[in-house]
Amino acid sequence: MSTSSKRSLKASPLAKVNTTIAHCFKALSRRDRSASNQQKLNAQVFRRILSLVLFFGIWQLLCLNRFNFFINFENVPSPIEVAQATVQFVTGNPMKHIQASAIRVLSGFTIAAVLGISLGILIGWFKKIEDFIFLPLELLRPIPAVAWIPLAILMFPTSESGMIYLTFIGAFFPILISTIRGVESTDLLLLRVGQCLGAKQWHIFKDIVVPGAMPNIASGLVIGMGNSWFCLVTAEILAGRYGVGYITWESYVTSNYPPIVMGMLLIGLMGAASAYAVDRLTCLLMPWRITKKKSA
Amino acid sequence: MATLVEKTLEQRVRGFVEVENLSVSFKRKGQSVHVLESVNFKIEPGEFICLLGPSGCGKSTILNVIAGFIQPSSGFVFVDKRHVDSPSADRGFVFQQYSLLPWKTTYQNVEFGLKIRGVPKAKRSELVNYYLNRVGLFKHRHSYPHQLSGGMQQRASIIRALVNSPSVLLMDEPFAALDAQTRHMMQELLLTIWSDLKTTVIFVTHDIEEALFLSDKIFVMGVNPGRIKEKIDVTLDRPRHADGLLSPEFISLNRQVFELIREETLKSMDMD
Repeated sequence: MSTSSKRSLKASPLAKVNTTIAHCFKALSRRDRSASNQQKLNAQVFRRILSLVLFFGIWQLLCLNRFNFFINFENVPSPIEVAQATVQFVTGNPMKHIQASAIRVLSGFTIAAVLGISLGILIGWFKKIEDFIFLPLELLRPIPAVAWIPLAILMFPTSESGMIYLTFIGAFFPILISTIRGVESTDLLLLRVGQCLGAKQWHIFKDIVVPGAMPNIASGLVIGMGNSWFCLVTAEILAGRYGVGYITWESYVTSNYPPIVMGMLLIGLMGAASAYAVDRLTCLLMPWRITKKKSA
Repeated sequence: MATLVEKTLEQRVRGFVEVENLSVSFKRKGQSVHVLESVNFKIEPGEFICLLGPSGCGKSTILNVIAGFIQPSSGFVFVDKRHVDSPSADRGFVFQQYSLLPWKTTYQNVEFGLKIRGVPKAKRSELVNYYLNRVGLFKHRHSYPHQLSGGMQQRASIIRALVNSPSVLLMDEPFAALDAQTRHMMQELLLTIWSDLKTTVIFVTHDIEEALFLSDKIFVMGVNPGRIKEKIDVTLDRPRHADGLLSPEFISLNRQVFELIREETLKSMDMD
């Protein structure tokens, strides 16, 4: 390990040659490694595609054979039927539905993120605030979105705001709880570091507590995003005309089965995609963690 | 431009530490445990003091009281005639554990104390860059802590404290987690910086050689209850180098301190 700049000035020419050679070797082995990494990656991609093929293949076979042993596949739409329903949906006016659902989920999620993070920080940091609001929140937390439907209808002026409330409920609690945990787990050592550098409450809060809680907040946001989509079908039971969840529920009511499965898969897909997007975005806010993954 | 750095290096008449009748005890299972009992000492500005003793002698506790992290049960600490009751930037602290803020780069970590106090940006960058260069970290200024080696992290921690020009630098076994080679380099580096700055240093260690190599005086501590058993003047010439570890003077001091510590270690083991 080289320490002071004085020392590195003394480095002999021989040492320089040695380090150059070492660099060449490193570069070589890096190229080897990247080649074998590429192979590994290809094999991984292949296995993952195969898993999807098997999944849909087995599903198709179960439907074709009208499998019926405890679980009944006779009335389950097959992948091909679902694909036909999807084509029909896509050639119709899909954006209306997708847009309606996405706006509901995003609004609910955004409100949940703002409220969840700010309340979570306050509850985690100020004992008195925790005493005042934590118990009522704990009481509301286990209530599932479905149970909120009647109250959502009674409490909100429009069905749109009721639906946003239901997607909000899904995202709010995971974000809140993760934020509280993140703030509470602040390292005493780092608090002391701040104190003996002269930091007062505000700087300790801004530069130590909040960044320290960010990894927890980020995982709360990812889970919250997924949960928001969970609650979409529930929310869109209230819907008038548009929404992916609405199609799913409406198709069930009208006994038109293939679009149900299509709606389910579409929600799964959009939920996964938006959770992934949240994950990436939060990683961008924490450059000190991205590099950690790379170097590991 | 250089005058600013020079000025902050010059102004050394601070760093006078007085500890009077300091006792620390706490309740454990209804019984009060005496961690420290009537500790007294005075440290002159610019002195390098080591607190040396077996584990459990309360040497870190003394440091924590001086830092203001814990309150004594009785007694007082004064730094430059001011009573200590809470942490502040005039008592810099270097912890044993790696303690850089993981979300700040090396530069931002070192800058943090100055920024809190509202030092203007140009002054900050001059001071921070001076210190980064001083310990060979300038080219790592944009790295995050996890990208640095243990020795680099501790160097950054030291200058993070020093950049605020504290009256006293408190160091709690800062090199204990480093490998032997790195530890030696760090000790030499610390002495060179200290000989420029003449900051008062209180350095906690359980390593006799480290204490002898670094300090002007060693306060050897005893256990049960924790107290200062003996104050030893280390008369070895400065500047000190690694080969000085073989001088007859060093060896005889080493033997003397070793005997003192040995008694206390045996005592502490019996009690366990």
